[in-house]
Amino acid sequence: MYRLELIDVTKRYPGVTANDGVSLAVLPEEIHAVLGENGAGKSTLMKIIYGMVRPDSGELRWNGAPLEVHGPRAARARGIAMVFQHFSLFESMTVAQNVWLGIDRLGDALECSLDDVRAALRRVADRYGLPLDPERFVHELSVGERQRVEILRALLGDPSLLILDEPTSVLTPQAARALFTTLRELAAAGCSILYVSHKLDEIRELCHSATVLRAGRVVATLDPRRETTASLARLMLGNEPPRVALAPSTPQGAGLVVENLCVESRHAFGVTLRDITFEVNGGEILGVAGVSGNGQGELLAALSGEDAGRGEGCIRLWGEDVTRSGPSLRRRRGLRFVPEERLGRASVPSLGLSKNALLTRQELVSKAGLLRIQALRALTRRLIQHHDIKAPSPDATAGSLSGGNLQKFIVARELDAAPRALIVSQPTWGVDVGASAHIRTQLIALRNAGSALLVVSEDLDELFEICDALVVIARGRLSPRMKREEMSADRIGEWMSGLWPPALGRDGEGTPGATD
Amino acid sequence: MLRIESRGAPSRLFAHASPLIAVAVTLVLCGALFVALGHDPLRGLGLFFIEPFRSVRALGELAIKATPLLLIGLGLALSFRANIWNIGAEGQFIIGAVCGGRVALAATEDTSGAVVVAIAIAGALGGMAWASVTALLRDRFGASEILVSLMLVYVAEQLLGYLVFGPWRDPAGHNFPQTSLFASTTAIPRLVAGSRANLGLPLALGLAGVFWVFLQRSHQGFALEVGGLSRSAARYAGFSSRASIWIACLVSGAMAGLAGAIEVAGPVGQLTPHISMGYGFAAIIVAFVARLSPVGVIFSSLLMSMFYIGGELAQSRLGLPKSLTLVFQGLLLFALLACDTLIHHRVRWVPRQRSVTREPASRAKEPPEPERSRG
Repeated sequence: MYRLELIDVTKRYPGVTANDGVSLAVLPEEIHAVLGENGAGKSTLMKIIYGMVRPDSGELRWNGAPLEVHGPRAARARGIAMVFQHFSLFESMTVAQNVWLGIDRLGDALECSLDDVRAALRRVADRYGLPLDPERFVHELSVGERQRVEILRALLGDPSLLILDEPTSVLTPQAARALFTTLRELAAAGCSILYVSHKLDEIRELCHSATVLRAGRVVATLDPRRETTASLARLMLGNEPPRVALAPSTPQGAGLVVENLCVESRHAFGVTLRDITFEVNGGEILGVAGVSGNGQGELLAALSGEDAGRGEGCIRLWGEDVTRSGPSLRRRRGLRFVPEERLGRASVPSLGLSKNALLTRQELVSKAGLLRIQALRALTRRLIQHHDIKAPSPDATAGSLSGGNLQKFIVARELDAAPRALIVSQPTWGVDVGASAHIRTQLIALRNAGSALLVVSEDLDELFEICDALVVIARGRLSPRMKREEMSADRIGEWMSGLWPPALGRDGEGTPGATD
Repeated sequence: MLRIESRGAPSRLFAHASPLIAVAVTLVLCGALFVALGHDPLRGLGLFFIEPFRSVRALGELAIKATPLLLIGLGLALSFRANIWNIGAEGQFIIGAVCGGRVALAATEDTSGAVVVAIAIAGALGGMAWASVTALLRDRFGASEILVSLMLVYVAEQLLGYLVFGPWRDPAGHNFPQTSLFASTTAIPRLVAGSRANLGLPLALGLAGVFWVFLQRSHQGFALEVGGLSRSAARYAGFSSRASIWIACLVSGAMAGLAGAIEVAGPVGQLTPHISMGYGFAAIIVAFVARLSPVGVIFSSLLMSMFYIGGELAQSRLGLPKSLTLVFQGLLLFALLACDTLIHHRVRWVPRQRSVTREPASRAKEPPEPERSRG
């Protein structure tokens, strides 16, 4: 008997049918992939199962009996848990407090104290190999660690169906493998898992079956272990995936130069940056690899100017000293920045896209300080059209766009300004294959045009694909440069734990008896 | 037991209609109140909603009371949009009145009529100075602007009391705690004969337009709004949060101070210990009922002015206490908050479940940084 069965589920929104007669069935102990591009209807389907959205028609069955879920809490009471791609955590509270707030019950206990929650968290964390100190504050956690909180929170309720939305997008290869072990253990213990993703390799490695969605419809239900990555991509996209190519380019002088940058950590659990020295040439993409929470956030804030002047050292942009300049001034000098938090930092969720364009396109302000509304709307319309962003109008709120579309918009907003230097964090986190390729192609085009690019990513495949050279960040220190021909996952994995050969030249050259 | 749960996607129509529904609910509740007090509800409500429109004189009174509410409400709408909670407009109003009053006291019957401009400017500067204390403490020491601005209201009241009981008391005033009457040249010019409405009204309406342009069309207004909606987005964009604090406090302070000066140089004509009728606090409700929109403030200040006048009429004609005005204000705010809550949430009756114990469970599913919605 199926654990969960969806029969002919349809959900229409004004102007779009999110799910059109979708049927899906999950067995106990099964890891079932839900595969599809952005806007294919994956999220809506998961929200229906989790009780957040009522379907217009269709039937849900749970262990053979009809299932009616009124809201997430009812879903959790049934044993359905979900880990979202966007986290819902209170930043000013500790991990344990966050879990305590959201908890319905702990085992059979009617009441549970904060201490019970802490103990339970440690127990579950141990059991599934997801180490996390319950006493840490959420605002100090990296994205990867925040996701861990969400997973632990879901596991605490002992679910019999766990829904995961793009879970590995913030994990290192090692951490993703550890997560897979956890998920396999869970499945073996009887839990069904719905695994929403677009990472085809992972799905082939992990999942027992898969439902492929395209434009709200099921296009295939299959066993991913018997498919190739290419055949899955074809099913998902409806055509061949675009290829990204990195042609050799000639460096064009030092674009972004950082010398001996040191920034004291703000929080007890933050990372202090020490002696960060590197340079990115024009016509080059330098990748920064590392496990989340090793100083990436601090480094990016120092480079973007959001944390300008807090540390010591020197940051130069095409020869100009910008160490003390704030974000606006650096932007005017040609340095642009795409942070990893799309909602709430790179965009304001409740404002329309054209107002969000204004966040970083302050040249669209007249000398008198007034907004040039028409120019702003024209720019936004152009971004939407040229970059194939699925948004009804320039007034659509940023929060109403899917994650991938919003990222396309944010990247387009910065690229359209033709920056001379660009810093991007997690450019394709949670973005589907088609949109990822689009974004990467554009980054490479910008490099070919002679700009200096710094890409911070926890997705190694992405770094291999687009970077001319790599550095690794670990515990607030930066490794020497690793050239494209020297890159290997094993070597980077070793450097990620801080074990790079000392006393090297800055270029990472002359490494007799190097690490591998 | 009753449970409140999120609606998911709230209706846009109702989100916009919420203030109107709140006014309707207030009307019904107030009607019920009149019945409970043994009066004809239609006659009672008529005092609030019909009488103020029946004559030029009555309309003038409506304008007189709406003007300070409009001025203060505009400043507060700006400040609240920036997420700066200046709730001490009452104090800034009083200091504005004191500063404007000081200029007015210095004028004689021979002074030029242009002294009115000086009075208004003195009032605005006074309110601004009073609010700058709040801004300074928040900026330098991170002190809560809510507490500081509120406590400064009581300091301002004491200061006004000291002046009118002490150094500024009218020597020929039979020991009453008030200053001498201002010279007639300081009176703000009236609009039409037979009504007390003065130039303050067109000034306030013009400022509503200025505020609209500032908030909707200016870059600085945009920066304030982004700072109010998301601090990290403002930092990312390069907008200064310190500038937001100072602008929000100084502008809302100046508006309250200006209102205070216009009040003393207009209808009152002297300083007394009770120059404000709670305008600074009522304007908080005005700003919220208007959804922090400058155009909305025009209408909500008018409504609040009707409450003031209706309360006075209820006292004189029905013998009811004047504090009915405060009851009406409270009911309106309550109804508005209830409407907003019910547009985003629904109340359901669910049978008590033994296994479910912790009430705030649904909270963790809401975003960590609650978004403000507005029309």
